[in-house]
Amino acid sequence: MAEHVSTYYVPPPSRWPVVGSVALLILASGFILLLDKMPVGPYVMALGAAILVYMILGWFGNVVRENQAGLLEGQVDASFRWGMVWFIFSEVMFFAGFFGALFYARNIAVPWLAEAQLLWPGYNGQWPTSGPGITEAFTPMGAWGIPAINTLILLSSGATVTWAHWGMKRGSRSQIKLGLILTIVLGLVFLALQAHEYAEAAFTIKTGIYGATFYMLTGFHGLHVTLGAIMLTVITGRVFAGHFTPEHHFGFEAVSWYWHFVDVVWLLLFIFVYWL
Amino acid sequence: MESTMTAVHHEEHPSGLARWLTTTNHKDIGTLYLWFSFAMFLFAGSLAMLIRAELFQPGLQLLSPAVFNQLTALHGLIMIFGAIMPAFVGFANWQVPLMIGAPDMAFPRLNNWSFWLLPAAATLLIASFFAPGGAMAAGWTMYPPLFIQGGISYDMTILAIHILGLSSIMGAINIVTTILNLRAPGMKLMMMPLFVWTWLITAYLLVAVMPVLASVITMLLTDRHFGTHFFSAAGGGDPVMFQHIFWFFGHPEVYIMILPAFGIISTIIPTFARKKLFGYTSMVYAVASIALLSFIVWAHHMFTTGMPVAGQLFFMYSTMLIAIPTGVKVFNWVATLWRGSISFETPMLFALAVVCLFTIGGFSGLVLALVPVDIQLQDTYYVVAHFHYVLFSGAAMSIMGGVYYWLPKWTGHMYDETLGKWHFWLTAVAFNVTFFPMHFLGLAGMPRRIPDYALQFADFNRIASVGAFVLGLAQLLFLYVVVKCIRGGFAAGERPWDGADTLEWTLTSPPPYHSFTTPPNLSK
Amino acid sequence: MRPPSLRILLASLVVGIASPMAWAEYALNLPAPATDIARRIYDLHTLILWICGGIFLVVFIPMFYALWRHRKSVGHEAHRFHEHTLLEWAWTVVPFFILIGMAVPTTAVVISMKDTSAPDMTIKVTGRQWKWEYEYLGADLKFISNLATPQEQLEQQAPKGEHYLLEVDRPLVIPTGKKIRFVITAEDVIHSWWVPAFGVKQDAVPGFVRDAWVKVDQPGTYRGQCAELCGVRHGYMPIVVEAMPPDKYAEWMAAQKTLVAAAQAGAQREYPLPELIAMGERVYMTNCVACHQANGAGIPGAFPALNGSKLVNGPPAGHLDRVFHGKPGTAMQAFGGQLSDMDIAAVVSFERNSWGNKMGDGVQPRDVAALRRTEK
Repeated sequence: MAEHVSTYYVPPPSRWPVVGSVALLILASGFILLLDKMPVGPYVMALGAAILVYMILGWFGNVVRENQAGLLEGQVDASFRWGMVWFIFSEVMFFAGFFGALFYARNIAVPWLAEAQLLWPGYNGQWPTSGPGITEAFTPMGAWGIPAINTLILLSSGATVTWAHWGMKRGSRSQIKLGLILTIVLGLVFLALQAHEYAEAAFTIKTGIYGATFYMLTGFHGLHVTLGAIMLTVITGRVFAGHFTPEHHFGFEAVSWYWHFVDVVWLLLFIFVYWL
Repeated sequence: MESTMTAVHHEEHPSGLARWLTTTNHKDIGTLYLWFSFAMFLFAGSLAMLIRAELFQPGLQLLSPAVFNQLTALHGLIMIFGAIMPAFVGFANWQVPLMIGAPDMAFPRLNNWSFWLLPAAATLLIASFFAPGGAMAAGWTMYPPLFIQGGISYDMTILAIHILGLSSIMGAINIVTTILNLRAPGMKLMMMPLFVWTWLITAYLLVAVMPVLASVITMLLTDRHFGTHFFSAAGGGDPVMFQHIFWFFGHPEVYIMILPAFGIISTIIPTFARKKLFGYTSMVYAVASIALLSFIVWAHHMFTTGMPVAGQLFFMYSTMLIAIPTGVKVFNWVATLWRGSISFETPMLFALAVVCLFTIGGFSGLVLALVPVDIQLQDTYYVVAHFHYVLFSGAAMSIMGGVYYWLPKWTGHMYDETLGKWHFWLTAVAFNVTFFPMHFLGLAGMPRRIPDYALQFADFNRIASVGAFVLGLAQLLFLYVVVKCIRGGFAAGERPWDGADTLEWTLTSPPPYHSFTTPPNLSK
Repeated sequence: MRPPSLRILLASLVVGIASPMAWAEYALNLPAPATDIARRIYDLHTLILWICGGIFLVVFIPMFYALWRHRKSVGHEAHRFHEHTLLEWAWTVVPFFILIGMAVPTTAVVISMKDTSAPDMTIKVTGRQWKWEYEYLGADLKFISNLATPQEQLEQQAPKGEHYLLEVDRPLVIPTGKKIRFVITAEDVIHSWWVPAFGVKQDAVPGFVRDAWVKVDQPGTYRGQCAELCGVRHGYMPIVVEAMPPDKYAEWMAAQKTLVAAAQAGAQREYPLPELIAMGERVYMTNCVACHQANGAGIPGAFPALNGSKLVNGPPAGHLDRVFHGKPGTAMQAFGGQLSDMDIAAVVSFERNSWGNKMGDGVQPRDVAALRRTEK
């Protein structure tokens, strides 16, 4: 519990959450319509997404204003820290589900299929595999080309965001700005290389369990990098707008935690999806 | 610690519908959660009434097999995600801040969103009944490949569960943060009321497993629409892999639905025994052990899928171990009663019934833990009996007991004790009439999820159906008692239960809209 | 009502579970075991139930004693104790040893159940929506076993027979006294092959092979059902096993082989359309009616109508192709692997000339055989 705090800020009634619920309902409905091949789907999705963006801008705008007014310090700040830690933990568990699928398929399901010669004569279960029923040959993604370079890029971006944090603590705004911009640029280069790799890949998401786990894991990771880059951009904008002090800059720290989390997920991906 | 922490509040709030849509107040949001859950309880309960009506006698009378399967799937899904879980979150919203002396939840706006996502998800689920082909009919467990065969309502179900999961994760983060960060000065962790402890651990389970559910239903979605082969052998996937990931979520999930119930029971029993809870420390450790064990027992739901011997034995042993901390809790409750000064108000009746009936559910769980016996009983009515003993007489009856216990605090009025007792006895007796015979049906070999059955199962099915109708009607009495209590009744005063000693009873009934704006100092 | 009533209620429940006399008269327990494994499961369950019953009494007699004697209404004052280290340790440790006592005999049964080594014969069981296929490996015999209860009994238009929903057109036949290994799989979704009297329940997972074994002591008819939700007709997928002495079994097997040969011979000739349609109706009522319905209207949104269908009212080749190959990703199965040439020809002919469909043409078994040859 915070020792030197005198207020816990309880925000006034807000319309943003309900707007967010409506947005998600519309977005989800549009997605369902799209999946079931109804032409109206994309438009409904676009509407939902627009409302969602409106909600995010409004809600985070509120939070930033409250923050600038000094309402979110002390114990509230501690709440945000706890909240972010648990949020990242939930993200870890989301990826754990997909990694679990990869490990299970590779170590249990595929060897089992290879044993079932009664049903799949001649299947040897050699990883990477597209399974006994998909016979087209494919070339798996190697580890030591672009993926290795991407590992270096993402690790460097972890270093630059930490360097920016040092700048934040020293109060050197030019160091923060440079650090953040470098981080964003590295993130974008990473995404570009990933996109290039997808375009060049000799297999698709339909290429059996290998294609499924590869694209789902790297795809969700890429989505998280994209989100992280957007959040870094917002934080950079706030730095330019003169927000944050050497003592109070949790918005910045939260995003850098998130960035490090995305980094660690990539390392696991590199080891288990590309390398081993 | 001498703190003069005060909360900044905005006293003005809109009235009417806008109040409920925009509220950031934990009591308002708790009320919303509880009413939503009650509505879903009645809705999913009426689905169960239809199921029991169809099963009243052999042959097809009311429903087609297709509709029957939709009802069983949605009854389970809505009861779990729409009724039981939101009810407990409703309790957490009302009670956690009051019991730890906090001004509100840690993230009041997020709290509002956690609630208002639920109606969005419920809209998708209920609307799916009207989709072409009807609602999802692959059981609440959604096993592929059957799930892959379904139509648009299956996508609606997946998206609804994503939204429910988002709501649960945000709600759980809020509760964890509130408990860890907003306790009154001087309230150490081991001084927290047990209800708060159970919710801390439950919230941890939620944050750990709801994302896993999200990941696995995402795989279902991509298998359905994007050509992935997670659950298809031809592509090197495995339908059973779904079950592993699902139950890695699913088993902690059943503890998510029972641990807060333990918390409620551990609050009610000491109050009406007028004696401190026996073995507080061991209760905390027992809850924590149950939570930890819940991560390594999941495959006991899958013994018939054909695991290797070592797998079956591991999951059997780990499952049996759960009996130990669960036993500790029951023993502690009995020891709390021992040499107390016991009275039998409605909440206490519910709590005592929960102790007895949940224990029966625990024993049938132990029977099911044993692989060879489970091979006979898996997917039979024995399992249906088992999980209704833990989820209805464990979770739902704890919720009812908790509602009676705290209604005076929430409304400022005493509920009608006579009607409350009627509700209890009708519920307890009808519950047993409904579900006890199902043990016999399962032993005799009646599979679950069938719309029609062989003639030797007719007698017990008829008894169960009669019990179910009484059980269903009794809940309308519950609704009446609650509404009556909200509308008026004898003033409850600050502390209507002389044995209650937690912080909420130091406030007026109902408590002020913003309570503990200055936290009570417990460090003295 | 007062707490004692609750006590009586619970006591009667306990007596209800624990009294072996009650078991004898009603179907309150597991069915009579027909294999050694089933017998050991039965005994294990009885043992565990007694232990649980004992613990129940040990816990709840003190509780109800307290509820009776330590009531506020009789003026009992609350004592102040709330901890007792020794007691708390005792009720943590003692259950642990009870659990070990349960685990030891159980482990032995698990190991025996899973031991499918050295079988006398192997039968492949394949679950399909919604029927079982049995293939005697090494004996060149394969057939499908469908629900035999007529639709009218389901819909209350006829009195229900003794084995309502638990009867099939062709039961699985096995010899007694032999160790039979079942290799179990599925075609479409997960099913579960379950015969309670054998103590066998094994999920049939599409694309995977799982196994189980039985050694049946006594000749007889043993009945079971699919135990895993597998779609609309999950409740209509029974299993019937006839166990016969080995010599009778050998006679049965010989007779089956003769029947198969006769059917193959019959498929060579040309059949008049009315005969095909009449045969086709029977095939339809067994294999197609669940989804496409007796009136050919299907179930809107779930299963397409055949009455007026473009495919059915199109060229016979396209219609035959759909029945033969099914439609991947839907519940429409590839019947080519399930039905004989005769049956497929008959059912296609029936569908083309029933309800509002009046094509006036049909498909001959020869045509199906020709399609089958192009597959190989």
